[in-house]
Amino acid sequence: MRTFLTATTFAAVVALAPALAQAADDFTLTIKDHKFAPAELKVPANKRVAITVVNSDATPEEFESHSLKVEKIIPGGTKATVRIGPLKPGRYDFFGEFHEDTAKGVVIAE
Amino acid sequence: MLGALIIVFREVLEAGLIIGIVMAATRGVVGRGRWIAFGVLGGVVGAGVVALFAGAISEAFQGAGQELFNACILGVAVVMLMWHNAWMARHGREIAAEMRQIGNDVSEGAKPLTALAVVVGLAVLREGSEVVLFLYGIFAQGTSGLSLLTGGVLGIIAGAAFTALTYAGLLTIPQRYIFSVTSWLIALLAAGMAAQSAQFLYNAGIINRMGETVWDTSWLLSESSLFGQLMHTLIGYVSQPTALQLVAYIGTLLSMYVLMRIARYRPEARPVRV
Repeated sequence: MRTFLTATTFAAVVALAPALAQAADDFTLTIKDHKFAPAELKVPANKRVAITVVNSDATPEEFESHSLKVEKIIPGGTKATVRIGPLKPGRYDFFGEFHEDTAKGVVIAE
Repeated sequence: MLGALIIVFREVLEAGLIIGIVMAATRGVVGRGRWIAFGVLGGVVGAGVVALFAGAISEAFQGAGQELFNACILGVAVVMLMWHNAWMARHGREIAAEMRQIGNDVSEGAKPLTALAVVVGLAVLREGSEVVLFLYGIFAQGTSGLSLLTGGVLGIIAGAAFTALTYAGLLTIPQRYIFSVTSWLIALLAAGMAAQSAQFLYNAGIINRMGETVWDTSWLLSESSLFGQLMHTLIGYVSQPTALQLVAYIGTLLSMYVLMRIARYRPEARPVRV
């Protein structure tokens, strides 16, 4: 029964997905040479924000942040959208898990 | 090399914990080794396929494909774990009794084995695809590839050793408690996965409510630390949970409890006190 319910819910949710998808704000992060540019990104607090992460390296990277609750693999030479928030004003660290020594950055919500 | 070792170890560790718990939960069930091996093997093959199509998965569903994929995988794993626990609630006592009588020979156990093999397979697939992509990146970079690859292989070995350690640790639990201990572990594991799954749906933009952070215990334990990561995998620890994650977590625990009570209920049998 639960399986059925879960499946039904999921089907409904997938069907509704395009309708619910929110308009993306214009925030972009670029990964180059396993570094993020800009390393500090200011976003508005208390609202949902979509960030486009462009991976211009040839190798895949995993955009990860515990405080932003994001975990997303971005294959080399592609871009991906990461949805975050609503955030309270403050600093939120993120990093590229595959190159953690160099790929670091922070989202500043204000 | 050390960096590669740590990253690969961390990924393998998450799948390894799950395998260790599944092994302990199926202790004494005939044919479980084969089923778990199937699960691992299927997961490894699946990981390769997922890594290969990582780009296509990402782009699907207007860029939310990866989140939906992860949410789906975790959702299926949660259902399988629920099924297993319900099944165990109904048959666990018989299995335990049989094990005492005829050693480790239990025939009735095929059902939860398929469920758990699927759980193992999905765990390996999820974590494995990250390892594959990471190692692929190392290869593509060329230069110091060999030493990084050595690190990767050592990471896999270390992760496997940790799985064995988890299993050995769980085996020290006396036989008469092992079913209830593993049932609890599986319930918490499932709750944590449900919370993760809900978060992926939120990140995909499908759920757009209850995204506010409820509390912050990152000063006490961060998921970046090894212990924090262990707790994250094992019981779903999140230092800054959202309302949505809490609802998914508690909802799963409650459904699991109700399901196990229903499964345990047998009208024809005399009520047995637990």
